[in-house]
Amino acid sequence: MTAIEGRVLPDWAPYGAAAASAALAALLLLAAGSFNVALLLVATAAIACVLTYSWSRAIEGPRRAKDRLVTLLIVSAFALALIPLLSLVFEVAKRGIPGLSLEFITSDARGKIGGGGAAHALVGTLVITGVATLISVPIGLMAAIYLTEYGEGRLRRALTFFVDVMTGIPSIVAGLFAYALFALIFGPGIRLGVMGSVALSVLMIPIVIRTSEEVLKIVPNHLREAAYALGTPKWKTIARVVLPTAFAGLVTGVMIAIARIVGETAPLLVTTGVVDSINSNPFEGRMQNLAVYAYSEYRTPGVFKDAAYERAWAAALLLIVIVMVLNLVARLIYRRYRTEIR
Amino acid sequence: MPATGAAEPETEMARAETQSQSQLPPTAVGDGGPRAVAAGRRAKTIETRDVNLFYGDFHAVADVTMTVEPNKVTALIGSSGCGKTTFLRSLNRMHELTAGARVEGEITLDGQDVYARGVDPVAVRRLVGMVFQQPNPFPTMSIYDNVAAGLDLNVGRVKKAEKDEVVERSLRGAHLWEEVKDRLDRPGSGLSGGQQQRLCIARAIAVEPEVLLMDEPCSALDPVATLAIEDLIGELKSKYTIAIVTHNMQQASRASDITAFFNLEETGKPGRLIEIGPTEKIFTSPSQQATEDYVSGRFG
Repeated sequence: MTAIEGRVLPDWAPYGAAAASAALAALLLLAAGSFNVALLLVATAAIACVLTYSWSRAIEGPRRAKDRLVTLLIVSAFALALIPLLSLVFEVAKRGIPGLSLEFITSDARGKIGGGGAAHALVGTLVITGVATLISVPIGLMAAIYLTEYGEGRLRRALTFFVDVMTGIPSIVAGLFAYALFALIFGPGIRLGVMGSVALSVLMIPIVIRTSEEVLKIVPNHLREAAYALGTPKWKTIARVVLPTAFAGLVTGVMIAIARIVGETAPLLVTTGVVDSINSNPFEGRMQNLAVYAYSEYRTPGVFKDAAYERAWAAALLLIVIVMVLNLVARLIYRRYRTEIR
Repeated sequence: MPATGAAEPETEMARAETQSQSQLPPTAVGDGGPRAVAAGRRAKTIETRDVNLFYGDFHAVADVTMTVEPNKVTALIGSSGCGKTTFLRSLNRMHELTAGARVEGEITLDGQDVYARGVDPVAVRRLVGMVFQQPNPFPTMSIYDNVAAGLDLNVGRVKKAEKDEVVERSLRGAHLWEEVKDRLDRPGSGLSGGQQQRLCIARAIAVEPEVLLMDEPCSALDPVATLAIEDLIGELKSKYTIAIVTHNMQQASRASDITAFFNLEETGKPGRLIEIGPTEKIFTSPSQQATEDYVSGRFG
């Protein structure tokens, strides 16, 4: 009979091992005279792997030792992935907060040399992104409905393939496409808010199609069949059973697509241009979003360089906050409206 | 040649007669409500002739000729994969929803070919309702809305009072009213499995179909819930023609009047109707050896 109980390391073992490794790594690096944070982290991780594995192997045996080793590797990879994100948010917050003020979000930059705010860019962001969403969501959703509910055979496969290709096109190409389209109609040199929206739609539509398609696919077939068995026409089954069931997922997909395009810069530089004053009409005159604002403040700071840089950072921070809020809203909506699907 | 059921052959005239006379005494099903006149009505007959069903190149069911008698429960039994469910789904044109699925032969509902050109499958499904193996209430809808779904989804605007009445009648008909009358606005997915299945039956009968097809309606339920559904089936036959697929031999013997035994010679070959007859005869003295082997537990 084999025993099912064996010796185990104490609960604090992983943390203890990590702390000991960090201390040992610091000592080694100081002794070698080449101390820096990045090296410390790498050395700590390497020593922790060896230490945990040998310690656990000696006490608990090889199976648990491997388990601990792999756990440690996964946690390290996660931490590694998190470092750039945290550092970015931290850096942008540190440099951006001083520039944030009531003036920054309420006034534009017309005639205010070395001062003014980003209200025009905020309005531009909302209008350009809003119009892009109005264009993309119906097209994307209907395309996704076609692909999941109606499409079959070669045409469906071809469309899926091209949607995948579209997800990968560089954003500047989308911008040039929109520019070329409008230049053909209105003549070269044209700059309109709606041009930016069209460019962003080119980027957004494939994302909406992809996410919606995935969400519609997980609506179980037995719900469609239940509706059919009641004598419900197909379109009504989709409108009244499939879409409501997938609602939360669809909204989340749209929100993620918005978050993805709200910070686009390159396609807007060629389509909506750079501007100083508030313009809320997408069909007339130039427009600017926050990303382009940050770019132009940094690129052409003028005489008062530091103030311009500060505003660029503040705009970047505002953009990150908007994206975070969008993601939070998406999560809230998902939690509120999600349907249990078996 | 497979026999066509147990009941005496009926001519069109005899049929019309029984229809007007309403040969069965009204039962307590669907009590109350002025629209409950349908109790004890004569439902429609389904007849199939040389039905062959395919999934792409795969021949799933071959040469089924049988009758599903009105106001009787017809059980379809047979081992897994012998095409019972496929056959059942062909009766209300659900089979063709699978990509590549094909139907050959003739299926008639009171003499009318349901696969004739010009017949709208949606209209057929309104007359021939279906209850599925897994209880599948619509997860976004309340109990009330689930039952009213058939009206909302295919009739359109219905007056609230009329809808209330249909919901109550259907829930009573499915023996669920007493359990849910105080929480009609709660989601249907919050009910137990057996209640959900009765909810699905209520949803199916709310649109007053002629025929009710049931695809192993009790396979996901415990014995108590199963018994409740079987009792319900026994009552529903006074109003509907019922065909039920089951793997449970006791269920077939308890709940059905007529039993059809399907079998397939070997995997890859199409399933065939081996024998159909009164349930008692099929279970006591079947005419085919394969049937006897199956119902006695010695699988062919």
